Amino acid sequence: MRLKGLFDGGLGGDAAAYHCFLKELSSHLRAFLRRRLAYLPDDIEDLVQELLLAIHNQRHTYDPALPLTPWVHAIARYKLVDFLRRRSRAEALTDPLGDDDSLFARSEAEAADARRDLARLLARLPDRQRLPIIHTKIEGLSVAQTAALTGMSASAIKVGVHRGLKALAAMIRNER
Amino acid sequence: MKTEELVSLLATGAEAVEVRMQRRRFVLALLAGTAAALGLTASWLGFRSNLPADFPQPLFWYKEVFCVGLSAAGAVAAFRLGRPGSRPGRSGIVVAALVCAMALLAALTLVTADADRRAVLLFGQTSKVCSIRIALVSTPVLVGLFAAMKALAPTRLRWAGAASGFAAGSIGALAYSLHCPELAAPFVVLWYGLGISIPTLLGVWMGPMLLRW
Repeated sequence: MRLKGLFDGGLGGDAAAYHCFLKELSSHLRAFLRRRLAYLPDDIEDLVQELLLAIHNQRHTYDPALPLTPWVHAIARYKLVDFLRRRSRAEALTDPLGDDDSLFARSEAEAADARRDLARLLARLPDRQRLPIIHTKIEGLSVAQTAALTGMSASAIKVGVHRGLKALAAMIRNER
Repeated sequence: MKTEELVSLLATGAEAVEVRMQRRRFVLALLAGTAAALGLTASWLGFRSNLPADFPQPLFWYKEVFCVGLSAAGAVAAFRLGRPGSRPGRSGIVVAALVCAMALLAALTLVTADADRRAVLLFGQTSKVCSIRIALVSTPVLVGLFAAMKALAPTRLRWAGAASGFAAGSIGALAYSLHCPELAAPFVVLWYGLGISIPTLLGVWMGPMLLRW
């Protein structure tokens, strides 16, 4: 399977292969979620992003000797169930037929955008996590350059990226 | 942030991932927990001084094999349940086989024993403290395994908690067996089983609360 090859490459440190993998994966995830959440089109892109982040954060739990599909599927199903549970809990507190459900509020173009802005959540992270993520993962600097720029040690930067992305996932989880 | 931007963010500078690390870490947590359970038994209860006298007895080894087998099967199941999409596999069968074998031995022992000996075979001298002590001795293992489980990504939280609790209970039973003077199969099946089920149920209860990610 092509996706598995790309993912294995990514696990081996090939960032370009990993980029391809995540890009193709997001289309698969979107289709997976559209089939199951046809009645919640506005939430699909948020969940795609949540799933991408979860898969990235948990990629160390994948055993390359095993097929990729059951691993991705188990994560997708877990996060989907978690999302529906949070949603039903939130709905119990608010009126589900509120104003924002009006007929013309939605259009196809909007459905492609995420409602939750990850950049805003990112801004809430503490500096020791936010700066490593911004420099190494958004601006594309190397770890050494970031270390020179921020005065942090190389290992602190790696830890900061790792923990920051986990903290981001936790923020999403506790949002509702 | 658009999904495409998130994809580049995640991929940019993504380094190689050591996939074997997690197994090593899990085994380390398991060994540390076992050492702590043994240490707790030794310092709190003390290993039995006449332990070597039991070595020629098959019943002693049945008890030890029972505990070791349950521990290994529980640990394998817990590790597998910690990874998305892996099933616990044959470890459930191993547990069932060990429990059935011990229960069968216990039944045979009770049936063939004289009527007035049966209570002794079932209750021994320490039935009042056995289960609770096993549960207490297993606590450090339970803590260690839950911590190790947090570093993994269980998708069936109750099962993952149950397997961690079961493994912890079995290791606790193994450690406690070095203090415990009882050898009779009916005693082991009943009170060891009860002792192991306490952390197992604790795991079932705590799994969904503590292992979410």
